Amino acid sequence: MDHIFIDRVTKTFEGFVALDNVSLRIRKGAIHAILGENGAGKTTLMNILYGLYQPDGGQILLDGAPLRLHAPKDAITHGIGMIHQHFMLVNSLSVTENIVLGLNNGPRRLDIRKHERRIREISRNFGFDVEPAAPVWSLPMGMRQRVEILKALYRDAEVLILDEPTSVLTPNEIGAFLAGLKKLRDAGHTILFITHKLEEVMQVADRVTVMRNGRVVAEMDAAGTTAKDLARSMVGRDVMIELERREDQQGDVLLEAENLIATGDLGTRVLDGLCLKVRAGEILGVTGVDGNGQRELSEVIAGLRPLDVGRILVGGKDIAALDVRQRKVECGIGFVPEDRQTTGLVLDYPVATNLILRDFEQSPCSRRGLMDFAYIRRHAADLVKRYDVRLRTIRQPARFLSGGNQQKLILAREIEANPRILVVVQACKGLDVGAIEFVQNTILDLKTKGVAVLYISTELEHVLAISDRIAVMYRGRVTGLLEPEEATPGRLGELMAGVPAEAA
Amino acid sequence: MTPRLIAFIFATRTIWAVLIALILGSLMIVAAGTDPLAAYGSLFGEAFFDYYGFGSTLVKMSPILLAALAVALPLRAGLFNVGGEGQIYIGALFTAIVALYVPSMNGTLHLVLAALAGALGGALWALIPAYLKAYRGINEVIVTLLLNYVGIHIVSYAAGGPMMEPGAPYPYSPEIPKDLWLPLIMPPTDAHAGVLVGLVLAVLLYLLMRFTTFGFAMTTVGSNASAARYAGISVRRQMIRAMMMGGALAGLGGSFEVLGVKYRLFHLFSNGYGFDGIVVAFKCDHPCCSCSCVLFVPARVASNAGDFCERHSSLAHGEFPFWNVFSLGSVGLATCCVRT
Repeated sequence: MDHIFIDRVTKTFEGFVALDNVSLRIRKGAIHAILGENGAGKTTLMNILYGLYQPDGGQILLDGAPLRLHAPKDAITHGIGMIHQHFMLVNSLSVTENIVLGLNNGPRRLDIRKHERRIREISRNFGFDVEPAAPVWSLPMGMRQRVEILKALYRDAEVLILDEPTSVLTPNEIGAFLAGLKKLRDAGHTILFITHKLEEVMQVADRVTVMRNGRVVAEMDAAGTTAKDLARSMVGRDVMIELERREDQQGDVLLEAENLIATGDLGTRVLDGLCLKVRAGEILGVTGVDGNGQRELSEVIAGLRPLDVGRILVGGKDIAALDVRQRKVECGIGFVPEDRQTTGLVLDYPVATNLILRDFEQSPCSRRGLMDFAYIRRHAADLVKRYDVRLRTIRQPARFLSGGNQQKLILAREIEANPRILVVVQACKGLDVGAIEFVQNTILDLKTKGVAVLYISTELEHVLAISDRIAVMYRGRVTGLLEPEEATPGRLGELMAGVPAEAA
Repeated sequence: MTPRLIAFIFATRTIWAVLIALILGSLMIVAAGTDPLAAYGSLFGEAFFDYYGFGSTLVKMSPILLAALAVALPLRAGLFNVGGEGQIYIGALFTAIVALYVPSMNGTLHLVLAALAGALGGALWALIPAYLKAYRGINEVIVTLLLNYVGIHIVSYAAGGPMMEPGAPYPYSPEIPKDLWLPLIMPPTDAHAGVLVGLVLAVLLYLLMRFTTFGFAMTTVGSNASAARYAGISVRRQMIRAMMMGGALAGLGGSFEVLGVKYRLFHLFSNGYGFDGIVVAFKCDHPCCSCSCVLFVPARVASNAGDFCERHSSLAHGEFPFWNVFSLGSVGLATCCVRT
């Protein structure tokens, strides 16, 4: 019998269907990977299993008995523990103190030494090598994660849910972490492991469920599948939107990247000898599994991240010495960043001000250092109408707009600046079909005007629909450059999993 | 409770807070055996409606107004400057040096130079935490807080050492030349022109933050540094600019203490004006009024009333906490009056 049976669970958020009739069977004592792109619904599903959300429909069965979870507390009582992507630890407290924090079944006086002994014992059993007396701030990320796992084990969690556990780890830590997972499984624990990294699934998982757009699209034994097949199911075969292909009028190479090497936020090398070229009037799609350097590539081009090695040429000229503003004004590089809420917009600013966020120092937005608010309002009223941004008033803070309308604001701003080159990252993430169509058609219009577009996205069907050529990134470099007709899910899957072109 | 009623109560929350403070206060006054109405009457009467009382209120208002601006401006860029006190001291030191040791010249020019030196001193003192924050990521709260004590002690050393008046009974410098004294605005009280400068600066800063690209860039850094970088704003430069302007304002406050009140550099001359400035800035900072500096003025006047009452009423001795609560409350009251 299944240990946990998620039975036709549905969850909607304000009209957006995050989970659509999802069923999942989890065996006892197995590592079960849940694979899918961002926004596929993996985390929502796990949050339901942990009692953070209530499902709108369907039920969860634990060993055949229906499970009613109103809060994480209930999940813990039933032996379900969750390790979040972002750790929930108090850095100034010791490992033991963090673990016993919130335990309320003990005597009034806390015998920290006794707890320490027990934690040391558990830690040794699983080869975790965590010192219970060490303060958490002194531990590297990999160790902190083990503390999180110990926290769940100490509460007698039998089922462990790990939400993208490797996203915060360095490559060296990942190996040790996966070994730890196997030990936990061998000790009889059931592990649910959310990820979008194929290689990890192949290394440790017993069973895999692939999710896409809030549905389960495949479920299989890991032993009977390959990374290539998994990538294919992640990608899906059905192209969501049919776009009208436009005439190709490609011109000279406008943007050229040579041997780019850059360092990421965690200090690791995120771009590792990347090369690419984009012509005027061309849309170059860049795809790959999330976290292989796509975001950093866009930041390096826009001037937000320093380049360690390499050259970026715009119309043949090296732009290394130019700052963000010069790249925008002088080179005409427009940029739609990945994170529209923390980078693309100032959420507390009115819509009108957000529409001139990157132009405020130029005429006609300001003259001799004085802002021209009358112009800014006229400009905003005009753009809002032309880009069909749904809002109450242009004085409304951008915070209160929906994701699609926020994206329209950013696009309107970047396109109205008449860029020669447009770098777009995850343009359609979280948007509904109508908004996606609008965004993609707008980008196609730019292409006909001769703009060089770098379309970076993990949403393969969008990339396939819009791009003239597709570059696949893996570990900070381009592993393959495909024409749309060559870009079969199988071929893309290979390149995304890092299989070199010759070996395929 | 209807939503509208709740909204009304929320909008007027400061008034309710002040009322509660007043009621709590009157309980204590009654416990001390005095008539609360009489006490409150003397409190407001002394501070606002008495010529001498109002003059002294203005004297205290000058440094606190400038210190409040020194907090409010960096706050726009997302920085918390709690170093107003130290910046006041270093500003006073720079002013005293220019006033005492630069050879005499045209009186007005010398006065302006001395005041500008004070602003420069405060700005340089604020540059230290600004640089450490912008380029080393060191928390500006800790650095500004600790530099307060360094600044205070530097002035103690100067006033008690190299700059001390020979034979003085207490660490202070010689008197600055008479033509450098700030004009008095309500003779014979001590109220001096520094208050007016503070008021003009408050209005100018409000306009600067509200209507210029300079203010827009700074506010954007404070609202969302990541978006500011994306907008092509140099976050580091804005941070340093905001902190140095804050330091200059506090330094000017210290400068006016020398030029307008004491006419000497005294050891320990500021009664925590820099810290009062923090309270005033926070009480009056409201998202709607981008740099609501103008509000500081009456706010501080009201707050100051607390001090007056403390001095003049026989019951206040030993009851500091009460007056503290009250003065906070009255700050809020004044803020509300101006805002609505």
